[in-house]
Amino acid sequence: MSSDDLYKGYRGQSLDLLQRMGIKVWSEVRVTTDKGEFCGLVLPRSQTADDRHLVLKLETGYNIGLDVRGIKNIEFLGYHEISYHIPPVEFPFDAKKPTVKLLGTGGTIASRLDYRTGAVIPAFSPGELYASVPELAEICNLEAHELYAVFSENMGPQEHIGLAKAVAKEIENGVDGIIIGHGTDTMSHTATALSFMVQDSPIPIVMVGSQRSSDRPSSDAALNLIHGTMAAATSDIAEVMVCMFGPTSDQYGLLHRGTRVRKMHSSYRSTFRTIGDIPLALVDERGIKPLRKDYKVRRADKKVKLDAVFDDRVSIIYQYPGMKPDVIDSLVDNGYKGIVIAGTGLGHTNRQVFPALRRAVAAGVHIYMTVQTLWGYTQMFVYDTGRDLMEIGVVPAGNMLPEVAFIKLGWALAHSHDQDVVRNIMLTPIAGEITKREPPDGYLVLQGGLPEVDRFVKGHKK
Amino acid sequence: MQRFWDKEFYAGLGLKVGLEVHRQLDTSHKLFCKCPVLPYSKKFHSKILRHMRPTLSELGLYDPAALMEFKTKKEIVYCLNRDTVCTYEMDDAPPFEMNREALEKALVIGTMLNLNLVDELHIARKQLLDGSIPTGFQRTTLLGICGHIMVNGRKIDILHLGLEEDSAREVSDRGHRRTYMTDRLSIPQVEIVTAPLMETPQEAAEVGQAIRRLCHLSKMCRTGLGRARQDVNVSIDGGTRIEIKGVGSLRDVPKLVHYEALRQKALIELKDTAISRGIDDSSFGWSGDVTELVKQQACFGFVWGPKSVAQAILLKNCQGILATPTGPGRVFAHELSDRIRVVACLDTLPNLVCSDNPEYFDLGPMFDEIRTMAGGKAGDAVVIVLGPEADVVSADLEIKARMVEMLKGVPKETRRPIPGGATRFERVLPGRDRMYPDTDLPPIVLTGEAFDLAKARAPASLWDKEAEYRELGLSKSQLERLFTQGVWELFDHLVEKVALKPTILAYLLLDWMPYLKRQQVLVPEADIFIELFAKEKDWAQKEAAAALAFAVGHEVHWKRKGRGNE
Ligand SMILES: [Zn+2]
Repeated sequence: MSSDDLYKGYRGQSLDLLQRMGIKVWSEVRVTTDKGEFCGLVLPRSQTADDRHLVLKLETGYNIGLDVRGIKNIEFLGYHEISYHIPPVEFPFDAKKPTVKLLGTGGTIASRLDYRTGAVIPAFSPGELYASVPELAEICNLEAHELYAVFSENMGPQEHIGLAKAVAKEIENGVDGIIIGHGTDTMSHTATALSFMVQDSPIPIVMVGSQRSSDRPSSDAALNLIHGTMAAATSDIAEVMVCMFGPTSDQYGLLHRGTRVRKMHSSYRSTFRTIGDIPLALVDERGIKPLRKDYKVRRADKKVKLDAVFDDRVSIIYQYPGMKPDVIDSLVDNGYKGIVIAGTGLGHTNRQVFPALRRAVAAGVHIYMTVQTLWGYTQMFVYDTGRDLMEIGVVPAGNMLPEVAFIKLGWALAHSHDQDVVRNIMLTPIAGEITKREPPDGYLVLQGGLPEVDRFVKGHKK
Repeated sequence: MQRFWDKEFYAGLGLKVGLEVHRQLDTSHKLFCKCPVLPYSKKFHSKILRHMRPTLSELGLYDPAALMEFKTKKEIVYCLNRDTVCTYEMDDAPPFEMNREALEKALVIGTMLNLNLVDELHIARKQLLDGSIPTGFQRTTLLGICGHIMVNGRKIDILHLGLEEDSAREVSDRGHRRTYMTDRLSIPQVEIVTAPLMETPQEAAEVGQAIRRLCHLSKMCRTGLGRARQDVNVSIDGGTRIEIKGVGSLRDVPKLVHYEALRQKALIELKDTAISRGIDDSSFGWSGDVTELVKQQACFGFVWGPKSVAQAILLKNCQGILATPTGPGRVFAHELSDRIRVVACLDTLPNLVCSDNPEYFDLGPMFDEIRTMAGGKAGDAVVIVLGPEADVVSADLEIKARMVEMLKGVPKETRRPIPGGATRFERVLPGRDRMYPDTDLPPIVLTGEAFDLAKARAPASLWDKEAEYRELGLSKSQLERLFTQGVWELFDHLVEKVALKPTILAYLLLDWMPYLKRQQVLVPEADIFIELFAKEKDWAQKEAAAALAFAVGHEVHWKRKGRGNE
């Protein structure tokens, strides 16, 4: 153990006290303070916490902090080594079952708790996953590989490219389905990138995550993992999909097309919604129930088109009233080659930025218009503003979601910088990112408080 | 009937009782969100459904309580009222900052309990798998340890004061579905844990009452129905700590403690009987399907569903054991029935019949036939479990498990009160509280000002005040009710101002005024009291005399009550 570990997280006054008293982390101690006596185990201190408190875990399991300035004495009673070892359990193999590969990018899909220390220990290997979600063995033979260990907000183009390559390799190896464990913040961004970088996959590529961490009994992680594994192993939908809770209740998951899905709530379980269309399928522990027919079907071959490139000189601008031209100028000055605007209404910006947009187009910057309403198409003929923007060279991107257009533009610019070629790539749908039509039920945001909605949510578990 | 204060009798059993008192704090909103605290209501706008999935233990195993909850495969339904819950309570949003008002009020109680208070609060998650909290854990924090109160001149140690969110209210538990109302969920409450020092059932209740008085005296707690409840921990020599959960009224405590002590005694004796008969783990091996056999019997009073089956279990040498009394109107067979009711969701009674049931003695030939099938003999007991097939399979395992536990004496359980003073199995007691830090919230540092504020707000000690009242000649009941009816301050005030004997004054406040209120007579304000009976006043005033006549006229009041007119 390094000396850092001996006093893990303690610094300043509290470190000074521990060193003076000769007390290390994980010591059983009796502390006498000006408020009385406390017995417990010295725990590591969070790095971001102050330097004035000593943290004890009491026999009852509660943690407390004691102000070091009030501590009169610390009596050493014993030392308890901790172990982070998870007992290995073999994931059962069944030759009759399909093989699914789990690629991890970070975050925990499964975990267990060390109740003595309160630590949450991630479980990732097939054996660990089997121990915590034994249902998986009834679905498939599972292999797992941890590709990255980053928070989802730190997944960027390099990770997208690496992931796409890993996916293609697994397809060529002949697995029957792929699950990707991913944090939910940018899950749809990664799904979008994979949709363009891994084309014509013969097998399902399913992204799963959780909105409630897997250490809690109410977590959605196990069910999402079961649903995702089910979809990867048995569904005939050979697309990049996001598999997350349909309702907030523990009932069923939805398979969303990777380019039409979006995280719509910062914390709800049912945060992922297909925007402007209906989801691909419903999935529960019994199987997959497709909701539509126009998906790419599973094939027996191992062929896949890998096109893992990205030009990161693209940005996204969220239009707001009174936006100033320098916002756009500064992007151009900094060498950006593509801009996606999330415009107001049907795809508009304020007039003040027109000159800047003109300068950008003249500098060879590719500008695409999407709608910040998320639902609906850009339609830039209806008002003068739209017509003027198109005349400047801003290209309406149909009903592509703003983040999807952003990723597609980066991907397109890695292929060409020719305005026409890029425009052709951008406006030709590859994975359903632009649809021909929006069905009437593609937009359904129920308004709470209305008598008919109350009747619906009272009877149906949402 | 045993006298609940018979020290010698309970000392013979080695009775030890501890209390965990839960009392809601009087705050405007909940502990970790801004939802208001409103009266409980049956109204709701939507429902959600969850399951509680056990998490792995240190050893990579599921713990017994967790496994049992998982076995039941309960669907948990939460009814949500938009007036009293937000996305936090339904576990669709992380917690907001802890309610400062609740913390300050809890610290006042901590001061009154003479605790060693904590400088920095760490919020913990205490795992709960029964579904009573949608997250699967309770957010709780420890404020202090090692305090005490004085009850009847005896020092009772307070082990722990916690500040935690209240759980949801269970409204039904039928088959595989348990339903909760969520209005109570996350209301701040204190948890006061005493050392297991009480030696008689009576003493347990008196300590509970003293804590209740202390909470009233603090003026920090919410009062009224369903705002307080206690868990009662009972053990005897050779038994184990049994937690009787959710006791609403302190009046029930003595009976519950008494019968639990006797139940443990009966189970210990049963263990000895079983061992002397040579019964061991291998005595409960045989079980077999007896659906056809049982269907021929008309007298079961059991409703056969399309998937119903009957399964018989042979318990070697156990004839008579299942009929051993364990409590008022209860025999050992109830222990089995309660278990499968919870674990196998077989909650339509009768969920089992056994060869020991006197009401089934006319089924003798059938039990004999089953004994023959099983290769058993006359001294063997037979239990028949009835219900849907999948549930009967878990019931079969559970009954055998409970029989094995019988050989060890008293299994670790939490139990729930039932009418009549007995309890029934609620769930297997977890090994220890599954606690881990709540990573959603940072620790809260308490400054010297926070402690000073609590000290300033804390009233004088409860037992000093009680001694004062005894000095004035008040009865035990009057003393108790001055606090619970919330009129002790008015009483103190009037004692100073009014020329009436304190006992009469207490009678006026505690009996006469509530009586007038119940009779819907206009009740005089305290000021009028002072006006009428003020020390410097002349007694001749007509109204005063009339009021006084009413006041001392116990006779009228009690006679009317006696005739049942009230
Ligand atoms: Zn709330």
